Amino acid sequence: MRALLALSLLTTPALADEIWVTNEKDDTVSVIDVETLEVIQTYETGERPRGITFSKDFSRLYICASDSDTVQVMDPTTGKILHELPSGEDPEQFVLHPNDRHLYIANEDDAITTVVDTETREVIAQINVGIEPEGMAVSPDGKIAITTSETTNMAHWIDTDTQQLFANTLVDSRPRHAEFIKDGSELWVSAEIGGTISVFDVETQAETTKIDFEVDGVHPDRVQPVGFEMTEGDTHAFVALGPSNHVAVVNAATYEVEDYILVGRRVWHMDFNADRSLLFTTNGVSGDVTVIDVAERRALKSIKVGRFPWGAAFRPTD
Amino acid sequence: MRPYLTTLTAILAREALRFIHQRERFIAALVRPLVWLLVFAAGFRAALGLSITPPYQTYIEYETYIIPGLCGMILLFNGMQSSLSLVYDREMGSMRLLLTAPLPRWWLLFSKLLASTAISILQVYTFLAIAALYGIWIPATGYITVLPALIVAGLMLGALGLALSSFIKQLENFAGVMNFVIFPMFFLSSALYPLWKMAESSETLHMICALNPFTHAVELIRFSLYLQWNGAALLWTLLATALFTAAALWGYDPSRGLIRRKA
Repeated sequence: MRALLALSLLTTPALADEIWVTNEKDDTVSVIDVETLEVIQTYETGERPRGITFSKDFSRLYICASDSDTVQVMDPTTGKILHELPSGEDPEQFVLHPNDRHLYIANEDDAITTVVDTETREVIAQINVGIEPEGMAVSPDGKIAITTSETTNMAHWIDTDTQQLFANTLVDSRPRHAEFIKDGSELWVSAEIGGTISVFDVETQAETTKIDFEVDGVHPDRVQPVGFEMTEGDTHAFVALGPSNHVAVVNAATYEVEDYILVGRRVWHMDFNADRSLLFTTNGVSGDVTVIDVAERRALKSIKVGRFPWGAAFRPTD
Repeated sequence: MRPYLTTLTAILAREALRFIHQRERFIAALVRPLVWLLVFAAGFRAALGLSITPPYQTYIEYETYIIPGLCGMILLFNGMQSSLSLVYDREMGSMRLLLTAPLPRWWLLFSKLLASTAISILQVYTFLAIAALYGIWIPATGYITVLPALIVAGLMLGALGLALSSFIKQLENFAGVMNFVIFPMFFLSSALYPLWKMAESSETLHMICALNPFTHAVELIRFSLYLQWNGAALLWTLLATALFTAAALWGYDPSRGLIRRKA
């Protein structure tokens, strides 16, 4: 009996961490096992799932179901939709406030940022921003939220105490993603058409530098920075360059691009595993997720998921 | 047994000597694939980032794709070139001396084949080292696992060269055969484009490519470079080796083949 038990322990794989990916055209999320690098589960969602993030304790998964005009809350252990949150029209991207309670949602069609309380499930504020808001970020201390608007080409700075705008800064054409880095002292905003990342000093909201990209053998028009993530200690940024099918590695101290890594077609967003040794990029057109070895800066494998994977979020399982 | 070894070492030593004395040939043999890698492939860099085909697990740049094909190219050209030297030897008379050795002819030819394959493999590794410096990544153990594949592919192409040389009367004719054999063999294979790409443009071309033993030699090299097993490619390459060797033996048989008619 004991031998049988030992055997079953040996053969039952330990639960590995996961990467959750929204598939925009399949209305599903795919779950990738970080150890085996295979899709282990696919769950149905609302229409056109895009933004995806977990609650702090990873017990709830928030999904922007853009065409269903709602944010869905999923139990990641069962894949069941627990309930929906009022999100305003066409929620595309969102960010969870460090208080683990307030979701800041960009409503692409309404030029509004909606703030939802995930506990009372009520909208607590709607803030008018520029046209086609998309990128969302919250500073680590939770005091500032950022919305970037695709058509107005601005980053809108929101005071989270008053839920009011306190600054608007111009960025290059069609901003897509924003991220506070270096303990919230810098804000980075990627501009898809502009082909740049603008770096702001958070204290003064002034632009300090701009990062340009150039991929060998790829027309500059196709080099379109979208999502990006920082490595451990914010030393380097991995930047998805859209239809150039490359991810750039940017030194966050010198703002120089050090490497370009070939991934799938129209690379969009990404997330790391627990120790940030592996990066998972969503490649919309090729319908797969490329796994990058962060230390070696090399693509290891591309994993087929659903059609048009969009967002990615990491979930530890132990 | 001893005379066998003496002959083998003598032939190996002769090939090695020839190799050392013809450094230009060594450099020329390296320049050819390097031009393809550094000039041709650089221009097509992003051309293949569209599909994932085994043994690759993700998207690769064209430079990475073309490496096994260029290893095959070195083996192919060398296999033919060493046969060219056989034609030369025959015209100069040293071949006749060799073939009169009191040993089975197959052993003499096999020794010759082995020697020229060894030289080719040396060149392939030099090429792979330059490619690594250029930034082409191959798993470290891949450099070891590729060796058996290089030996099999080298023997196959060497045997083809031997077979061809036995049917050629004069040195001048060989140049023509080079054009009629090397180029079609190289271009109608998976060395430059994956077979699915060929199938997109023409099903007939794709079929020819799939039958071409050089394709299987290249795929054998490709899979073993990335530590993967490709039984079909191995089988095809071995089969082709057996066929070409048989043809070479027949061609060099004093009682049959062209050797007799030329004597």
